[in-house]
Amino acid sequence: MDVNEIQTIEHDVLIVGAGGAGLRAAIECSAQGLSTGVISKSLLGKAHTVMAEGGMAAAMGNVSPRDNWKVHFRDTMRGGKFQNVWRMAELHAKQAPDRVRELEEWGAVFDRTKSGLINQRNFGGHRYPRLAHVGDRTGLELIRSLQDHGVHQGIDFHMECTGLEILKDAGRVAGLAAYWRDTGRFVLFKTKAIVLATGGGGRCWRVTSNSWEYTGDGLAIAYNAGATLMDLEFTQFHPTGMVWPPSVRGILVTEGVRGDGGILKNTKGDRFMFDYVPERFAAETADTEKEANDWLAGVEGARRPPELLTRDVVARAITAELKAGRGSPHGGAFLDIASRRDADFIKRKLPSMYHQFKELAEVDITKDPMEVGPTLHYFMGGIKVEADSQMTSVPGLFACGECSAGMHGANRLGGNSLSDLIVFGRLSGLGAAQYIRGLGNTPQVDGEQTRMAFRKATAPLNREDGHNPYVLHDELQDIMGAKVGIVRNEQDLTSALDDLASLKRKVKTVKAHGASQYNPGWHEALSMDSMMITAEAVTKCALSRQESRGAHTRVDYEGEREDWLPYKNEITRGADGEMVLTKVKRPEPPKLLKDIAYSNIDDLEAGKVGADN
Amino acid sequence: MANRHFRVWRGDHSGGDFKDYNVEVSEGMVVLDVLHKIQAEHAGDLAIRWNCKAGKCGSCSMEINGRPRLGCMTRMNSFDPTATITVQPMKAFPVVRDLVTDVSWNYAQNKRIAPFKPKAPEADGSHRMYQDDVDRVQEFRKCIECFMCQDTCHILRDRGKQSEFIGPRFMIRVAGLEMNPLDDDDRVPELRHEFGSGMCNITRCCTEVCPEGINITDNGIIPMKERVVDRYFDPVLIAARALLGRKKRTKPKGTHEVQEVLEVPRPHEVPGTQ
Repeated sequence: MDVNEIQTIEHDVLIVGAGGAGLRAAIECSAQGLSTGVISKSLLGKAHTVMAEGGMAAAMGNVSPRDNWKVHFRDTMRGGKFQNVWRMAELHAKQAPDRVRELEEWGAVFDRTKSGLINQRNFGGHRYPRLAHVGDRTGLELIRSLQDHGVHQGIDFHMECTGLEILKDAGRVAGLAAYWRDTGRFVLFKTKAIVLATGGGGRCWRVTSNSWEYTGDGLAIAYNAGATLMDLEFTQFHPTGMVWPPSVRGILVTEGVRGDGGILKNTKGDRFMFDYVPERFAAETADTEKEANDWLAGVEGARRPPELLTRDVVARAITAELKAGRGSPHGGAFLDIASRRDADFIKRKLPSMYHQFKELAEVDITKDPMEVGPTLHYFMGGIKVEADSQMTSVPGLFACGECSAGMHGANRLGGNSLSDLIVFGRLSGLGAAQYIRGLGNTPQVDGEQTRMAFRKATAPLNREDGHNPYVLHDELQDIMGAKVGIVRNEQDLTSALDDLASLKRKVKTVKAHGASQYNPGWHEALSMDSMMITAEAVTKCALSRQESRGAHTRVDYEGEREDWLPYKNEITRGADGEMVLTKVKRPEPPKLLKDIAYSNIDDLEAGKVGADN
Repeated sequence: MANRHFRVWRGDHSGGDFKDYNVEVSEGMVVLDVLHKIQAEHAGDLAIRWNCKAGKCGSCSMEINGRPRLGCMTRMNSFDPTATITVQPMKAFPVVRDLVTDVSWNYAQNKRIAPFKPKAPEADGSHRMYQDDVDRVQEFRKCIECFMCQDTCHILRDRGKQSEFIGPRFMIRVAGLEMNPLDDDDRVPELRHEFGSGMCNITRCCTEVCPEGINITDNGIIPMKERVVDRYFDPVLIAARALLGRKKRTKPKGTHEVQEVLEVPRPHEVPGTQ
């Protein structure tokens, strides 16, 4: 292979990924005067950001004037079980309102308040109505606004192009080896900086709310380039995703169903949540069906139904029922609201759930129960970055959005993801511009490294025979679903690492049939490498953290442990190519931030906490 | 489980043909599921474009039994139990491979539309507008860019007038800007002279295939046509404008009539793949 014959494109900075974070980063890079390119696995405007519904959290105070960045920051830290990188949560809370207003300047049309301002809605964990939104399609509005603005900013969009490997010069970013999905041809990007905005890795699991693109590419690319990964044990499972039919397995069923009276039953018809009330919640939870029904009817003194316990508890209960053989026909639990509320109420309060089940599952939720089970939803962990610049430990390599780590700690609040994208997308663009300004000489791409990257990528096509990539992907999902699920224990995690090691050997001989032009089998084969790194990193981190915190649940180490609070799990690639996990102590937070996060809310709102800022 | 017969078009720009597949189909499957099954079991290299599998991204547009449909939203039990299902790529766009078409023409049209030009914000830095005023604009912004309206539009599909008509998707994009209370630009001359608003003869095929249920023709295209008529052909309005001394632009930006040249639309630029 002659590297000189490979198509070469030069940019000052290359953004990998065209979701909300990638587009916002690109717009900032261009505004900073950089020649900017964006590659995306899909067409422009199709990234997973379009799936976001609820809104973007920003303390604008349009609905409740009492809201401000400090309350938002405090909510975020508490939701993240204080595992968040303090500075990131601070930057996010302070800058989100300006980023939302900026979207409006670029054409976003948000829902309005009665006085004509951007409307904001309530959401779990947020003290005030804080989510700027457009009905239940806020993600689409975000991506389309950035897209339609971005195409006029002199940015070069390279659609259906997948990154393979970062090329380095003296430890610094010099380029990216990539391929066009439509033609199957290789392309070499020569660039001074790279911003990864590749999202999470939910496709390692079968039941996920994530699209096919979520194969952990950015994590793997960064890891292979020598960057550090962090917090990967914190994978958010939502307890109620659809489990049937196959086409919609994993799609979210809102917690609102339970909030409005929905109950969980097993195949015997038992309302099983009463058997799973943890000791510490017992005093606040109903212990008979009668009392739970009274709560719904508004009877004073009645305690909350057990279905409204925290997500980890509910997900663990559903999993236990399944393991005991009491699951629904398609492997879930029954979520029943039909027997609890009349049809008009359900259609009025849960219109999108009604529509979703009617259209896709042919289930009329006003007549029949839904089947639900835990679904992998979001990666709080990812690539470790410096908070203000979003630079990784590799000079010239940046990361933002879901593929970066730290902002959400052990658990993300709904609505904090879309605002994360636009806040840190912009900061990574500024960070890249600053880095490039300080760069002495332009890094040069090494021919041999480039050749190796492309040769490795063609191997699945050139092999005479080997494993079917679709079957290997299935095997990976079997392992992760069975042993690295919502409820974890040492035995399963250790066994998962063994299984992953043997699967890794099979992936080395994966075979894709056909030619390289728009060949999904080949694409699947290549993304297996990314998913294997992602899966191993999650499993290693999950095994290491011997406590249950936020989205990470260990049955053998229940509850939060004080001795784990000051630590992070970090993952790097060892000198021999083996994955290395290090338990790293976190730096102490600034006093002001600590005071706010741990403050009594009344004191905070009375202005008694910290200096004003 | 039932064994179903699928005919899937396989080929590329140089030509191709339907290939037969017999697939075990289980309850609840949609057409995209069956295509994935074909991919995993029979044809690993079958090219399909898809993303969200929930009708929200508009990637898996294809023609199923002759109609533009989203593969992810077309349930198998919506067909007769013994019927053969025929799947082929969208006809109005060049084939890349199998069911994947080159839709870059659409992205080029989008780029021709001048960007949103907001009014200055109010003194407190906010824009104020009311929900009633944005409802219609939000209807157009539900568009997921599946491009099935473009595929079915006979001006593009049968008459091949891509150089004269921007298509229904982008008519409603312009409508969304024209009707946006914050947008300060005048887009009527471009509608007539560059985007070909007169080409549409209101057969409403686009509205019929829209998976988002957007009333493309009645709420978007017709009001835009009316604005063009008011500007160019309504003698009363033209006289009134002359009397009141209120000039309205009649020629596209960049032509001699207009003094201040803002951004010149850049036609036929293809973004993306090089």
